[in-house]
Amino acid sequence: MTAGNGRRVGSPYAPHTDADEAAMLDAIGVDSVEDLFDIPADVRFDDEFGIDSTDERELRQSLADLFARNEELTEFLGRGHHAHYVPALVDDLSRRSEFLTSYTQYQPEIAQGFLQVLFEYQSMLVELTGLPVANCSMYDAATALAEAALLANRLRRGASGHRVLVPEHLHEGRLGVLENYLDGADMEIGEYPMDDGAVDVDALSDLVDDETVMVYAESPTVRGVIEERLADIGDIAHENDALFCLGSDVVALSLLQEPASVGADVVVGEAGALGIGSAYGMGLGIFATREEYLRQVPGRLVGVSEDSEDMRAFTLTLQTREQHIRKERATSNICTNQAWVALRTAMHIAWLGPDRLVGIAKDAVTEARALAQRLDDLSGVKAPVHDRHHFREFVVYTDQPAPAITNDLAGRGFAVHALDDHHIQVCITEANADAADEFVAAFEEVA
Amino acid sequence: MNFDQARFSRDDVYEPLLSEKDSTTVEVDADGVLPDDLTRDELTLPALSEPQLARHYTRLSQMNYSVELGPYPLGSCTMKYNPSFTEDVAGDPRAAVHPDRSDRTVQGTLGLLHGLQEYLADIGGMDAVTLQPPAGAAGEFTGILIAKAYHEARDDDRSEIIIPASAHGTNFASAAMAGYDVVELPSDEDGRVDIEALDAAISEETAALMLTNPNTLGLFERDIVEIADMVHEAGGLLYYDGANFNALLGRARPGDMGFDIMHYNVHKTFATPHGGGGPGAGPVGVVDELAEYLPSPMVRETAAGYEQYEPESSIGKVHGFAGNWLVLVKAYAYIARLGDEGLADASAKAVLNANYLASQIDLDVPYGPFHHEFAATSGDRDAADVAKRMLDYGVHPPTTKWPELVPEAMLTEPTEVEDKASLDDLAHAFNAAYADSDEALETAPSKTSARRIDQVSAARNPRLSWQSLGDEE
Repeated sequence: MTAGNGRRVGSPYAPHTDADEAAMLDAIGVDSVEDLFDIPADVRFDDEFGIDSTDERELRQSLADLFARNEELTEFLGRGHHAHYVPALVDDLSRRSEFLTSYTQYQPEIAQGFLQVLFEYQSMLVELTGLPVANCSMYDAATALAEAALLANRLRRGASGHRVLVPEHLHEGRLGVLENYLDGADMEIGEYPMDDGAVDVDALSDLVDDETVMVYAESPTVRGVIEERLADIGDIAHENDALFCLGSDVVALSLLQEPASVGADVVVGEAGALGIGSAYGMGLGIFATREEYLRQVPGRLVGVSEDSEDMRAFTLTLQTREQHIRKERATSNICTNQAWVALRTAMHIAWLGPDRLVGIAKDAVTEARALAQRLDDLSGVKAPVHDRHHFREFVVYTDQPAPAITNDLAGRGFAVHALDDHHIQVCITEANADAADEFVAAFEEVA
Repeated sequence: MNFDQARFSRDDVYEPLLSEKDSTTVEVDADGVLPDDLTRDELTLPALSEPQLARHYTRLSQMNYSVELGPYPLGSCTMKYNPSFTEDVAGDPRAAVHPDRSDRTVQGTLGLLHGLQEYLADIGGMDAVTLQPPAGAAGEFTGILIAKAYHEARDDDRSEIIIPASAHGTNFASAAMAGYDVVELPSDEDGRVDIEALDAAISEETAALMLTNPNTLGLFERDIVEIADMVHEAGGLLYYDGANFNALLGRARPGDMGFDIMHYNVHKTFATPHGGGGPGAGPVGVVDELAEYLPSPMVRETAAGYEQYEPESSIGKVHGFAGNWLVLVKAYAYIARLGDEGLADASAKAVLNANYLASQIDLDVPYGPFHHEFAATSGDRDAADVAKRMLDYGVHPPTTKWPELVPEAMLTEPTEVEDKASLDDLAHAFNAAYADSDEALETAPSKTSARRIDQVSAARNPRLSWQSLGDEE
């Protein structure tokens, strides 16, 4: 069967005409494309999947109809996945096909553009963390945390034990990923308690021992609490020859204590909030560390070199750490990563500039404080539950059952997350701040 | 075709860095927002206007080659055209929802995920599919964790994963990350699995055999049924690396060949853009017996609609949330656009293109019959140099010096999206570069934005940020 333009019906993205195909078969010396398949008869598939091909216009309509089944709720949701406004510039430039449809930069001479963007991204992370080495990306905060633990373990091969200490309040996704990554390295996870939403430093101190290879703490925590004793946590880790790994996010880093200044050896966390916004959990894992651990870093690194005309040029470097060279002795199995999200993040940071980036971060503190205060004024509600400084989000106590409130709020157009029978987590950014008045009014009705 | 890549330069640098254009240091004054000791002192970042930024990134984009500029025949990477409409679909604001939303309120999102689970299961001949792994290597790791959980549930302690020497590097690294010893399998003289060597390698320690089929030389493992039987008889599982699945769509399914676990590289086979290195997605399919171990959550359809659930003996999480959602949307859209006929045609044309291109180049291709990709050898010419020279013809060169089975290998995968004229251009680039003088090869490229880059000094003296350049300037 032939379409009107002489192209055979089949993939709309395979451009062969009948004449071309015939000439190609002739050049190869076979009669039919089927002759090129060397598949034994007993494993040939002679059936159909039953998937109808769909016209582009119809398909867009049917997918639009499908997504319309998502209820239009204003989300006050966070817990590691945050929505910030993404400027049109980022969408526009990141979708340029030269960026979007390129591959990993194995031929740097023809890929200077993307390499430079990734180098600039690494540099921004160096500034935000105070640590001199940042990689091009990890999949998300959870896998970045797991990779940090594996790095810590490699540095301490001779240790008597292989334990990573994590906070009692840790996102279930991060804990779950960590468990899976550590299993193969015969490592174990210990949990230290929190005191009113922040690290119980004395309890942590009692738990850290010579079997501990890494202490992980977050600021902000999964409950939005800004940790006040990071330097003490770092000291406790270091006194026991353990690494101090700090989890944060790219917006918070612009305002809160610089990780290097509190002794962080590795910084991991999310940057998806600036790079991609709300995307059902898709994100961008950041990974930064000290110079002395450079050759243990997972993932891609872009470095500076010179070309044959003595011009500065960029290239992927230190690839002997990676799986395509080092195979089972690589620092990680990561290959495909989140490069394009890193590109979008760098564009967004550059668009904001330091003033507006810090401004967003300050808003995350003041807006959360203001919203918590307004909810606290409602009868039967206490907010925030933890008497701490918060970033973007906080936990709310409700006399009424939290699942029922969550349900009733959905009926009024708002999405929040019930933590348990009487606790709800609420998150505010500029993406939903305009709806704060209506949200508080709805909360008052249902609480 | 003549080619000159865009090249912006100023003194001894190409497009200056953002930090060299304009950088601002702001004092981070907490303004009573937070106590001073909880905030940083200052922050130094670029501060450019939007027009300046637009120009910066547009210039950089012009100094970057992509599949929309020309052929990109990197072997085992499947650089096919990424349909424009899939970007628009993924950008639907109603699809931008948070993972903590209740199932009832995100039926559209769950419906798409469920649909993709089903599509992929059908296409691979698998019984259940998780969409959570965010890349191919993450899929491998997930699959091996599933194999491990399966054996552990039987109190069957196994320590080894067998992998052919020609496999992708990620296979080895993923198996090692899951705690297994890797047993490397040599190829036979035809470039396929050496059955005798496999027989010797298989033991009661064998947790799984990881195979790519067609393998990295593009060859179909003809003995796959016998291989599957050997592995299964020893109590092991058979894992399919989906990197080369673009060769087989609609013609053969891993499930029918005896594979128990597979991953799909949707950024290869199902045309989602590579984005300069990612994001991708690496869904994992399994046979019924292993479905209970899949990561959580999965999506199922009930009378009341779509809902998420945790498989009975789930291995837990391999991504903090649900994986790379936007990539999954694009893969769904691609599959639905092509349907049975389009998918089968994609493979047919991918195999046709590889065979035609191989017939037009002067380099020897030692192993065959190959499918969607072939490993040519540049013989006594350095494959890396030949590749650099090919850049001057406005094409991206193949993967070089891999797989190691072929000396000076140039692993070439043109995909189905090139037409005959484009393949002829590619063949010309191959032949002209291959025949060129030693001097021309060693000094190439000359038409790209940057000239030959010194990789050694980059690694010897790592400068990984603009801050690290300050010391020298």
